[in-house]
Order: sequence, then C-alpha cells, then structure tokens
Amino acid sequence: MASGPQDRQHIWDNPKNVQKLLVVFWIACALMLCVDFLVHRHLSFEHDELPIEGWFGYYGFYGFIACVLLVVVAKQMRRFLMRGEDYYDK
Amino acid sequence: MTSSLLLAAASDPASLSTTMSTVRGIDIDGIGGWMHPALPLLIGAALIAFLPSRFGRWVLVLAPILGFLNLLGFEIGTVVELPMMGLALQVLEVDKLSLLFGYLFHLAALLAGIYALHLDDRLQPSTGLAYAAAAVGAVFAGDLLVLFVFWELLAITSVFQIWARKSDQAFGVGMRYLTLHISSGLLLLGGAAVLFKETGAVELGKMELGPVGDVGLGPWLLLIAVGLKAAFPALHTWLVDAYPAATPTGTVFLSSFTTKTAIYVLARCFAGADELIVVGAVMAMFPIFYAVIENDLRRVLGYSMINQIGFMVVGIGLGEGLGVNGAVAHAFNDVIFKGLLFMSMGAVLFRTGKINGSELGGLYKTMPQTAGFCMVGAASISAFPGFSGFVSKSMVMVAAAHDGQVLVWLLLLFASAGVFHHAGIKIPFFAFYAHDSGLRPKEAPTNMRVAMGISALLCVGIGCFPFLLYRMLPYDAPYNPYDVTHVVTQLQLLFFSALAFVTLMLLKIYPPELRSTNLDVDWIWRRLIPRVCRLPIALCGAVWGGLLAGAGDVRRSGLLAVRWLHSPAGRFGEPWPTGRTAFWAALLLAVMMMVAYASR
Repeated sequence: MASGPQDRQHIWDNPKNVQKLLVVFWIACALMLCVDFLVHRHLSFEHDELPIEGWFGYYGFYGFIACVLLVVVAKQMRRFLMRGEDYYDK
Repeated sequence: MTSSLLLAAASDPASLSTTMSTVRGIDIDGIGGWMHPALPLLIGAALIAFLPSRFGRWVLVLAPILGFLNLLGFEIGTVVELPMMGLALQVLEVDKLSLLFGYLFHLAALLAGIYALHLDDRLQPSTGLAYAAAAVGAVFAGDLLVLFVFWELLAITSVFQIWARKSDQAFGVGMRYLTLHISSGLLLLGGAAVLFKETGAVELGKMELGPVGDVGLGPWLLLIAVGLKAAFPALHTWLVDAYPAATPTGTVFLSSFTTKTAIYVLARCFAGADELIVVGAVMAMFPIFYAVIENDLRRVLGYSMINQIGFMVVGIGLGEGLGVNGAVAHAFNDVIFKGLLFMSMGAVLFRTGKINGSELGGLYKTMPQTAGFCMVGAASISAFPGFSGFVSKSMVMVAAAHDGQVLVWLLLLFASAGVFHHAGIKIPFFAFYAHDSGLRPKEAPTNMRVAMGISALLCVGIGCFPFLLYRMLPYDAPYNPYDVTHVVTQLQLLFFSALAFVTLMLLKIYPPELRSTNLDVDWIWRRLIPRVCRLPIALCGAVWGGLLAGAGDVRRSGLLAVRWLHSPAGRFGEPWPTGRTAFWAALLLAVMMMVAYASR
C-alpha cells in the first residue's frame, strides 16, 4: 500500500518520544516536590486550623492520593451503576 | 410597548425621559443605551428567522457586537419601570453584577455565533440568539415577574438546540429538558406570588433562608427554582441528559447561558446563605466520579460543568466580598473555557460523527489546531497558573480558608485535583491521543477555529492579566493570585494528579472507556416510577376503557331515541298544524319571561 501523507509517522507514533516525554515529566514532578525545600510556603488557614498543610509535599501527596482514590472508587461505582448503552431505549 | 419607548430613546434621550415619565407614566432614570439590552439580540433573532441564511448568518455575529455597544451606554444605577396591572414592573435595573453578566453573555453569544457561522439553517441561529437575549433580559430584570418572563423564555428558546438534532432520541431529551425548565419557571412564579402576598413586593433582592415558619415559603420556592437551573444535586440530571444530546453548535449555546443566569440570581438573592456551602461542596465532588467512568466526552464535560458550578455555589454561600467575587469571576471564566472545551468536542463530533472516548483517539494527527485549543481549555479548567481558571477558582478556595471551612476546603482541593484528572487530561487524551482510532478527519472549519482561537486567547489573557476581570467584579475585595506559595502549591497539586493518571494508565488500572449508560438520579423518574406505576396505570386504563364503552352504549341509545322521534314517521317528524305551533311557541316565551322575572 502506498503511504500517503496521512500515513506518515507522527510524533507520538514513536515509542521513544513517549518515553522521553515520560522521563521529562517524572523529573518535573521530582523538581516540583523539591521546591518545598527552597520556598517557605505560607498557610491558607490563618488560625492554624489545618497544620498538616505545611508539611513537606502536602499538596503533591494530596493530589496523587485524591486521584487514585477517585479512580478506584469510580471503578467500583461501575459495578452497580453501569448498564447497556441502550438501557433507557429498551 | 417598552421596546418602542426605549427605541425612541435613541433619538433624544433627554427629552424622552421627561415626556415619557409625564405622558405615559414611565419612570426613566437616565437611560444611557439606545434600547433595552435584550432587544438588539431579539431583533437579530427575528431577522435571522426571516432572512435567507446567507445574510442571516452575519446577523448572528453583528447582533452581539451591536448589543454590546448598546450595553456600554448603560450606567450603573439605571432603572426603568413599566406600570402594569397596578404594579410597577422593573424591566431594567443595572448594577455592577448585572452589567458583568451582561457583558459576559454578549461575549458568549458572539463566540457561539462565530462557531455556528457555517450552519445552513435558520432555526438554530435564530433561537440561539433569542436564547442569549433571554439570558441578558434575565440578568437585567429588576423584579421577580420580569425575571419569570425571561426565565421561561430561556427554557423555550434553548430547547431548539436539542431538537435541531432531529432524532427521536433528541425529541425525548428535549421534552424532559423542557418539562423540568418550565417547572422551574412555575416554581419561580409560585415563589414570587408567595413573596408578594407576604411582603407586597416582588423585588429581586437579597433573601434570608431559614425555617419556613419564619421566612415563609417564598425564598425556598425561589431557591428550588434557581437550583433546578443551576443543576443542584439531584436536580442536575437535565444537564448531563441534554448537553450531550444537542447539536455540536447547540451545546456551545446551552453551556453558556442557563446555568450562569442561575448563578447570577443566586449571587443576587442568596449570597451568604450557609446552606449553599454544603450544596456547592456536594456539587463539586460527586460529578467527578461520574466523569471518570463516562464514555460520551460531552457528557464528561457536562459533569465537570456541575463540578465547576459547585465552586461558584460555595463562593456565593461564603458571602459578599471575596466569596461572591470568586464565584462571579469563575462563572465568567467558565463560560469561556467550558465553551472552548465544548467547541473542541463539537468540532470532533462535526468532523467524525463520533463523541465516545472508546471510538476516538489519535485525532491530533489531522486536527492539531483543535487539539491545541482543547488543551488550552483543559489547562484553564484545571486552573494552571497563567490560565483563566487559576485566577478565579483560587479566590473561592482562599475565601473558604478565610472562613475557617476546613472540610469544605479539603473537598474543594480534592475536586480541583479531580477536575484536572477527568477534564484536563481525560478529554484531550482520549479524543486526540491515546490509541489511534484510525480516524483521519479534516481540521475543523475555519469559523470554528476562529471561535476556538479567540476563546483560547481570552483564557490566556485573563490568566495573565487578571486585573482586567477583577475590576469588573461587584465587591471591593483586593486579591492577588500570583504569590509564590499559591503558584507552587497549585503546580504541585496538578503535577501529582497527572502523575496519578500516568501511573494508573501504565499499571493498566485506569478504567477503560466502555460503551455504557451510567445510572444517575433520573433513573427514579425514567425507570423506577414508570415500573412501579405500571399496574395502577393498567388498572386505570381498564376502568377508563370500561367507562368509554358504557358511554358509547348510552350514546347509541340516545341516537336511536332521536331517530325514532324525528324520523318522517316519528312524533316530531309529522307536519304540525299552525295553531299547535303557535301555542307551544307562546308557552315557551311565557316560561322564559317568568324565569327572567324570577331571576331579576
């Protein structure tokens, strides 16, 4: 089959490029965490209602755990909420 | 009547205000624009309905621009009253809040108009513009009765964006949508009637919530009416039912006006109501779980819209100052970035005819610009520093923290991470990247790309120069989003949310996109109630059938009797002598006279 312009290789067709992107992303995540050593963050709560907010990497861990929890719970929701695509048409 | 008066104001506003207030009893207090702000859009809608579509489509773009210029002439404090049935209806009341929403709706109408320029159709552009006019009319309404008129107009004009799909399914969705929205209007009218009975006024102003015994039923009816349009939990299903069912251009119109009008009314009437903090937190949380497992990408955006409205509702509940400012600013930004996301998904649907995540993927190869615009929208909704969502969502978060709302703040932070996960990553990833679906559609039409381009520019512009938006906000509450802590913590949150996505994808834990229906609250009235009612309905049907059959028998007997009396051989069918006729006529007249005399 002749390869037309539409069949040319695109940037993410090459697994090496995907790998490179992932490496850059992991380094960026690590750097983001390290910023906590350099910057003194002020707390959102003025009266110290949530002291753990000031802990090292609080926002990073919170975001990670929140998203894992979100996906795990949502996946379980499928067990009792998921029906066929034409459920209401039947 | 108002329209002609206000149109006349264009020629000589100064003389008109005196003449009209004395001659026609209209109270005009310094009109600046040429006509009521809703009128340019309404006139545009009427023109489109009658002009050939090759001319009408330019009206779609011109009307919001002219309307905006007209709106610029209105000053804060302008009030126009119209006497009707003993009431002075406030058809126009301009303050900082209504003016901001007025500008926003004109901008949204312009963007949606450009996006819909390719349509060779008169129904959608015409009703779309009328829908925008209804939203503008609603935010400038000074009292509940005027609001009610525009509230119902919002429902009636918007449903055509769904029906224009011209399928049985769309017809059903449209009917469900219309039923709920007309009901919302009736609740609003009911609330207005109760308030009028109790206070003698139908003013659209701040209302206190509390036990019904203390504050009456009025504010609660109004809150439910507005809650229906704002997609409060359990009242939200119309949104995720209707938005994915509309045409590609229709969803862009739908996403801009209805819910934001509701947010405006909430901000105006219920700012500082503690109940709203709880409602908003629930709204921000539950839809993100649905969004993760939903396959239809426009429905994913629908759920994420409820999530964003949750932030606004919390902001309004936190009260005047930073809370309401944040809510209103976020509503402004949401119209633009959510519109942009709906535009990009609409372009995908328009070009491929598909919108399920399970059938898409790899479209960046042939739709790179649409993919780029989509990612700007995704970055904005995820509140990346430098994009519009960042400068408004953070106001609500800071207001929650200042109020000492620890749990609400934690839930909003969870929702912030979640929204990046499902709207920021899932939408662009499954549509444009992920596995290659083999689809090679053309890039979106030029007009769609222009609309998406302007929206993307606005997202970045507001993100980088937030003071442009801040100075239009209703309250004086100084705020700077770009301090080091805030930028760093937000970036940490987002990067690690993305890390969770990447990890779950690599470990193949992330739920695959599946063709499915996920049950929501509407299951109660779409499945449970019809099933439970099947037996009573069958019984009623049998009884009704029996009654009809019985009535048929009675009717047949009656007809036989009439035929027997009036046939040529019947008692009344034979020729009567003149004397007998005269006697009966005289007797009848006498009886009638006596009846008339007795009842005098």
